[in-house]
Amino acid sequence: MFALLAAETAEAATHSSLYDNVWLVPGLPALSFLLILFFGKKLPFKGAEIGLAAVGAAFLYALITMFTWIGDVQDSAAHGDEEEHSLVVEGLSVGSPVTGSPITESPITESPITESTASVVLTAEDSHGPPRGAAIVNEVEWFSIGSASGEAAHSDDGAEDHDEEAADDGHGASEYGKYPISIGTLVDGQSVMMLFVVTLVSLLVHLYSTEYVKGDRRYTHYFAFLSLFTASMLFMVLSSSTLQLIVGWELVGVCSFALIGHWWEEKPNSDAALKAFLTNRVGDIGLLIGMSILYFAAGRTFSIPRINELAVSGAIDKNTLMIAGTCLMAAVMSKSGQFILHTWLPDAMAGPTPVSALIHAATMVVAGVYMIGRLYPVFYIGFGMDGGSLNLMAFLGGLTTVGGGLLAFVQRDVKKVLAYSTVSQLGYMVLALGVGAYTAGMFHLFTHAFFKACLFLGAGSLSHACHHSFDMKSDMGGLRKVMPVTFATFVIGTLALAGIPPLAGFWSKDEILAGAGVWPGTEGNGTFTIPFIFGIMTAALTAAYMTRVIWLVFFGEYRGHEHPHESPKIMTIPLVILATLAVSVGFLNMPSPFVKAIGLPEGWAHRFEDWVEPASVSTFPSIKHANPSLSLAIFASFCALGAAGAVWMYYKRLYAKDPMATEYTAETGSIMANVAPLAMAHKVLEEKYYLDHLYTDAIAGGTKGPLARFANWTNQNILDGVVNLVGLLSAALGKFVYQFIDQGVIDGSVNATGKSASGLGGILRGVQSGQIRQYASLMFGAAALMAAVLIFAV
Amino acid sequence: MFLNQFLLFAAVLFCIGIYGVLARKNGVLVLMSIELILNSVNINLVAFGAYNQDLAGQVFALFIIAVAAAEVGVGLAIVLLIYRNRRSIDVAKANLLKG
Repeated sequence: MFALLAAETAEAATHSSLYDNVWLVPGLPALSFLLILFFGKKLPFKGAEIGLAAVGAAFLYALITMFTWIGDVQDSAAHGDEEEHSLVVEGLSVGSPVTGSPITESPITESPITESTASVVLTAEDSHGPPRGAAIVNEVEWFSIGSASGEAAHSDDGAEDHDEEAADDGHGASEYGKYPISIGTLVDGQSVMMLFVVTLVSLLVHLYSTEYVKGDRRYTHYFAFLSLFTASMLFMVLSSSTLQLIVGWELVGVCSFALIGHWWEEKPNSDAALKAFLTNRVGDIGLLIGMSILYFAAGRTFSIPRINELAVSGAIDKNTLMIAGTCLMAAVMSKSGQFILHTWLPDAMAGPTPVSALIHAATMVVAGVYMIGRLYPVFYIGFGMDGGSLNLMAFLGGLTTVGGGLLAFVQRDVKKVLAYSTVSQLGYMVLALGVGAYTAGMFHLFTHAFFKACLFLGAGSLSHACHHSFDMKSDMGGLRKVMPVTFATFVIGTLALAGIPPLAGFWSKDEILAGAGVWPGTEGNGTFTIPFIFGIMTAALTAAYMTRVIWLVFFGEYRGHEHPHESPKIMTIPLVILATLAVSVGFLNMPSPFVKAIGLPEGWAHRFEDWVEPASVSTFPSIKHANPSLSLAIFASFCALGAAGAVWMYYKRLYAKDPMATEYTAETGSIMANVAPLAMAHKVLEEKYYLDHLYTDAIAGGTKGPLARFANWTNQNILDGVVNLVGLLSAALGKFVYQFIDQGVIDGSVNATGKSASGLGGILRGVQSGQIRQYASLMFGAAALMAAVLIFAV
Repeated sequence: MFLNQFLLFAAVLFCIGIYGVLARKNGVLVLMSIELILNSVNINLVAFGAYNQDLAGQVFALFIIAVAAAEVGVGLAIVLLIYRNRRSIDVAKANLLKG
């Protein structure tokens, strides 16, 4: 399909069957879903074993794929140092010096491509495999649309002139006016990374769930949907076309609906599931519109590499990209919980906790961020991130990250704090992508998956101990003594989330802040001042609200009425694994000055970037990489530590006054009660910025009142008028018919028949007198008559 | 041989029988009138048989006498039952089949 795909060399071909069969990764959980559904209840472990086996196998496959990919990328990079890639621009061979070494910060960039040279393809002239990070696509035709006549291609006025040229050489099929829709797998750094994250978190969640939902009334059903959820996300991750991506996207939404509403017998749970589903529908409209725009703009193709290639080369108009990107942002807002469509996300806590972990860490909410990464050129070029100072994506991400962080302060429910924290961190990822720091955003997605899954599963462990309560204020406190493993892992997760060095969150957060390009010496894609300020604020906020959680849950005195206990091993093992990862994965992407400073080999620096970010390919924009800054890292860490320390002191002083207290009251001297603006701010936060009120009362209520009145008026006056008129007319017609036709003609004829029969009968009955002699005389008379006839007439 | 006398006699006898059947109310008399009609037929058959030198007429007459005997047996039994039920053999009153 693509020349660059044809460039697979013998070396890469040895791995091609591995990449070609990567569909097994979503395929196995999908199969497991069906098996559990049909046979789960009859099995000894009620179907959990199928789910575990399938996801475990998928994880192994993903792991092998990941290591193969890393190997391929490093081979390719090694060759790139020695050789030159040649770039063919419409038949003219232009040698382009390749500076693909991982040491230098600048990525391998192609020579500037003007609009007239839209059909840039990298050919197989270099014999050392595809360029580093080029996507490997394996597709089969799903169905095709359009007529078979050749004219259709020319009547397609959606494609511009140069675009049509490009479309012709790339897609032979469009010459015949048929547009094949393909389904397939796209393997590149980003999807390989996600395969690993999704399968690993899902496997741990499966393991954890066997204990957590033990004895549940819909145990088998739960595991079936867990499998389908995993399969849907993996399907989306591997999608090679936008159409397939939409299908996966919606499947994920459906599964989250089913799992959030797992205990649907209680009204709030089914409400939460509905809210999640409906809020996502709002954004999905944006998704459909955005994808349709891209479909037509790219000359009728759903192919993701194709769209990206055309976006990078400038074949698609920049304004078109911006409009499509804005529409797609609506989808990101709903799916990835960005302001102002984030409201479903905290409510989704109604589902079982392992599901929350899966939703927040690996599957549902990162779908939006993943989609941005998948179509990154569309956003990068559409929003003009190169040299920009603010754009929709960076602003929304910044707003979300601070807004979510503030909301996390006023929650009593430990899961809700984590939910708002997820909102905040997703905002961080979107912010990163919005400022052009692609690797930083993806890296934060990667690290966040581990520590957030760890925190959520930790919260599940807490609730398991505290008899299914998540209320930090009334049912927890002082748990560090009774739950040492949960305590240790939760604290590690918290430190990672708060970005305390050297845990995972620190590295990714630092990279994002550097990517904003505001701090002196960082030099990112532009100077994104407002997102940078939001980012620094969130760094402090995150540390502060997580310190609050740690204090309320693990320190102070126990405030519940039950006897808490440590969770069983099968729940703590996933916690330990995730905590280990939360400590370690950050080292995958250390900046090179740091690596040099501590005396490690050069190859240890920014490995994640080398593996995940496509470089030197025509399907990815040439983004600039910010320089890491030691002073920025120290500053951000101090912000976080300072905020955490302040909160710690606040609770320490409170504890000294009243060991059982969870907040300052009038007696203990409440700062909230004394300062009016603070009290107001607190109220606003408790009401979640009144967004739920806005949606249910103002928007839903405001529309439904006048709408109902209008509908009523229409009903009463127009519809009822018509109905009444029709009714009157038919009544009149009926009356006429009754009087004249029915009564006169039909009944008349019937009656006449009856009457005549009865009249005749009346006459004839006289004959039947019962007198034998009369009969006899008639007989004789008749016989005599016959005789007379015989005698005289014959 | 004078055929006419026999035929006239049979005709008179037939008419008396008809009159008896139609006019009398007594069930037994109705049956007797029927016998008259049958016998007038017998006279005719025998008279034509003798006139034509043919025995078949007399054979038929014998059959009719046998049938008439059976018919009277049944008829009298009916009349007897009617009488037992109604204490009367007036055929005018036996009009249960009146429409």
